[in-house]
Amino acid sequence: MAEQETDKGRRCMLVAASTVAGGIAVGVTAVPFVASMLPSERAKAAGAPVEADIGKLAPGERMTVEWRGKPVWIVRRTPEMLDSIKQSVDKVADPDSNKAMQPRYAANEFRSIKPEYLVLVGICTHLGCSPVDRFAAQAEAFAADWKGGFYCPCHGSLFDLAGRVFKNRPAPDNLIVPPHTFLSDTKILIGVDQGAEGAKGAA
Amino acid sequence: MTMAATKKEPVVIEGAGALNTPLSGLLTWVDQRFPLMSLWKDHLAEYYAPKNFNFWYYFGLLAMLILVLQIVTGIFLVMHYKPSAAEAFASVEYIMRDVPGGWLIRYMHSTGASAFFVVIYLHMFRGLMYGSYRAPRELVWIFGMIIYLCLMAEAFFGYLLPWGQMSYWGAQVIINLFDALPIIGPDLSTWIRGDFVVGDATLNRFFAFHVIAIPLALLALVGAHIMALHEVGSNNPDGVEIKENKNAAGKPVDGIPFHPYYTVKDSLGVVVFAFLFCMVMFFAPEMGGYFLEYNNFIPADPLKTPPHIAPVWYFTPYYSILRAVTEDFMFWLALGVAAYATLIVFTSRGCLSKILAVLIAPVVIFLMKGVGFGMTFTLFRGTFLEITLPLEAKVWGVILMGLATLIFFLLPWLDKSPVKSIRYKGVLSRWALTIFVAVFLILGYYGTQPVTDLGTLISQIGTLLYFAFFLLMPWYTQMEQTRPVPSRVTM
Ligand code: HEM
Ligand code: FES
Repeated sequence: MAEQETDKGRRCMLVAASTVAGGIAVGVTAVPFVASMLPSERAKAAGAPVEADIGKLAPGERMTVEWRGKPVWIVRRTPEMLDSIKQSVDKVADPDSNKAMQPRYAANEFRSIKPEYLVLVGICTHLGCSPVDRFAAQAEAFAADWKGGFYCPCHGSLFDLAGRVFKNRPAPDNLIVPPHTFLSDTKILIGVDQGAEGAKGAA
Repeated sequence: MTMAATKKEPVVIEGAGALNTPLSGLLTWVDQRFPLMSLWKDHLAEYYAPKNFNFWYYFGLLAMLILVLQIVTGIFLVMHYKPSAAEAFASVEYIMRDVPGGWLIRYMHSTGASAFFVVIYLHMFRGLMYGSYRAPRELVWIFGMIIYLCLMAEAFFGYLLPWGQMSYWGAQVIINLFDALPIIGPDLSTWIRGDFVVGDATLNRFFAFHVIAIPLALLALVGAHIMALHEVGSNNPDGVEIKENKNAAGKPVDGIPFHPYYTVKDSLGVVVFAFLFCMVMFFAPEMGGYFLEYNNFIPADPLKTPPHIAPVWYFTPYYSILRAVTEDFMFWLALGVAAYATLIVFTSRGCLSKILAVLIAPVVIFLMKGVGFGMTFTLFRGTFLEITLPLEAKVWGVILMGLATLIFFLLPWLDKSPVKSIRYKGVLSRWALTIFVAVFLILGYYGTQPVTDLGTLISQIGTLLYFAFFLLMPWYTQMEQTRPVPSRVTM
């Protein structure tokens, strides 16, 4: 058979076409693998609202319930604690709760429906540790003129008793107030907005 | 007639006594079907290594040894370990208490993890001292750096597996780092977790990465690392290229065959290392809470962070950099960027770098919240691309931490000294390296401590010095007076 001359243009064209086709095939094949790492249907379905009984919560104390795998705190604030919130206005980064870190009905001075009861997701807005209580007004290693609030052990963010973050701390935002509603004077439903459909049904 | 195997010279073994004939025959048979002898020669018997290797040249081999140790001990741990949130913690305790010799295998693995980083940091420090990253060894260095990143990923994934308090909250914090990235952050971190919180899904995938994906990548990368090294040849404490000085037979006059010279020398290193390793493993496997943290002996509790969390020691320098970036620090960071751009504009020879400096610096400074021009922008409002500029200190902390690990990649191009080794570099390079090592250790120390004002201040100064070591390198390596490099290696 006679030696045929290579058609370089044609070969180049074929190589390019098969590279593109192969590249697309690889890309498309990656989709199910990447997608398989997304939260599963079961994970998405989890997260039903939880009910908290605050009947036994004493003034100045905190209780924790688990909602969507995260700690949710309920703090019953004393008048002194509420007073400390007024004093920290110029120390916190977002005193008026302008950023959407709470439902609209909690975007007020005390970031709560009833001033006495503070409901917060106990997860620091920096990198997700759970801050600890430092409710007493006393000199602390992290702040000499401490008026009471929360201290995040991980990178030292400070929050006042309304969950508002102090300025110049790693956490950028106030602690999140989850959707919640009062079913009665002693029962809070977490995960359902005040006045929403589910709230009435559950009550 | 059968097909002939590749025609090669029969293999001759010296000194095998009575076994000589059968052994030679077997090796010849294999060699005609597999490149046995050429591999042996290229990488051991006729791989010429500089004859002036010192203490610092033990650590590559020791790293290989630990890699094997980790894989072997890992296989035996997996036989008893259960990768599920409900069972993981108990299965590790089961290994420690009930599996015969299980405690030993686990301590070998956990001590091995820390030993790996000790050895790798010393190995990298050797590279910094002797300029081993410089041409023609850039790829050796780059493969090494990719190995380093994989190793950090491997350690991070592995640390979640015991499902203790530190495992849980450490993973929580590190995964949330990705959350800070603009636009893709929140979806990315959810994708990494496989759930909205760190949970069973997260543990399972970390297990998959820890026992299959990353070890495979590591093995391949170590292969590439060694192949690249053997292609160009080893550097040495003098930074002299031994290949430039060959004898009549074409062998480097300053080289000796790796086998038997360095195989014997390295065996001594292995014995000493094994001795030290066993001391730690048997007498101080927790190393005062640095190798195995005390809080990790408490099962993971998603509702309660331990009072003091810190990563394992080998991550703490970067962790300090992360914590150093507070709002107050942004001003100094911006000042640093501005000063660096000014330096480039006034002293750089290249025109392109000046243009880039003038274009990039203002953009970077603008993106820094609190020091920019006081404006905020929200782009693509209401779409999934929504992004608010400038970026907060938190995001910059994450960016700086990432850059602190990645900046090592640039070393081959930042070092412009006419000489390779610190032995012949000038006083500026010596001080720079000394300060850098000190800063790395100090940052490492503060990364293990709770936040204090003093610690934050020191970490901030450390962060600036850390980056200065790299970014100013093109200047100080060229300004200083170097010493003459000998033409032959010195012993
Ligand atoms: C699993 C991890 C690693 C293994 C098993 C490994 C193995 C080795 C071995 C066996 C050598 C030759 C012996 C020696 O010079 O000590 C070597 C050389 C080298 N390695 Fe690594 N290495 C690892 C990680 C790294 C890392 C993380 C870096 C740097 C980022 C690095 C950079 C280098 C350089 C620059 C050389 C050449 C040194 C010279 O010739 O002076 N290696 N490596
Ligand atoms: S996670 Fe709270 S300060 Fe970082």
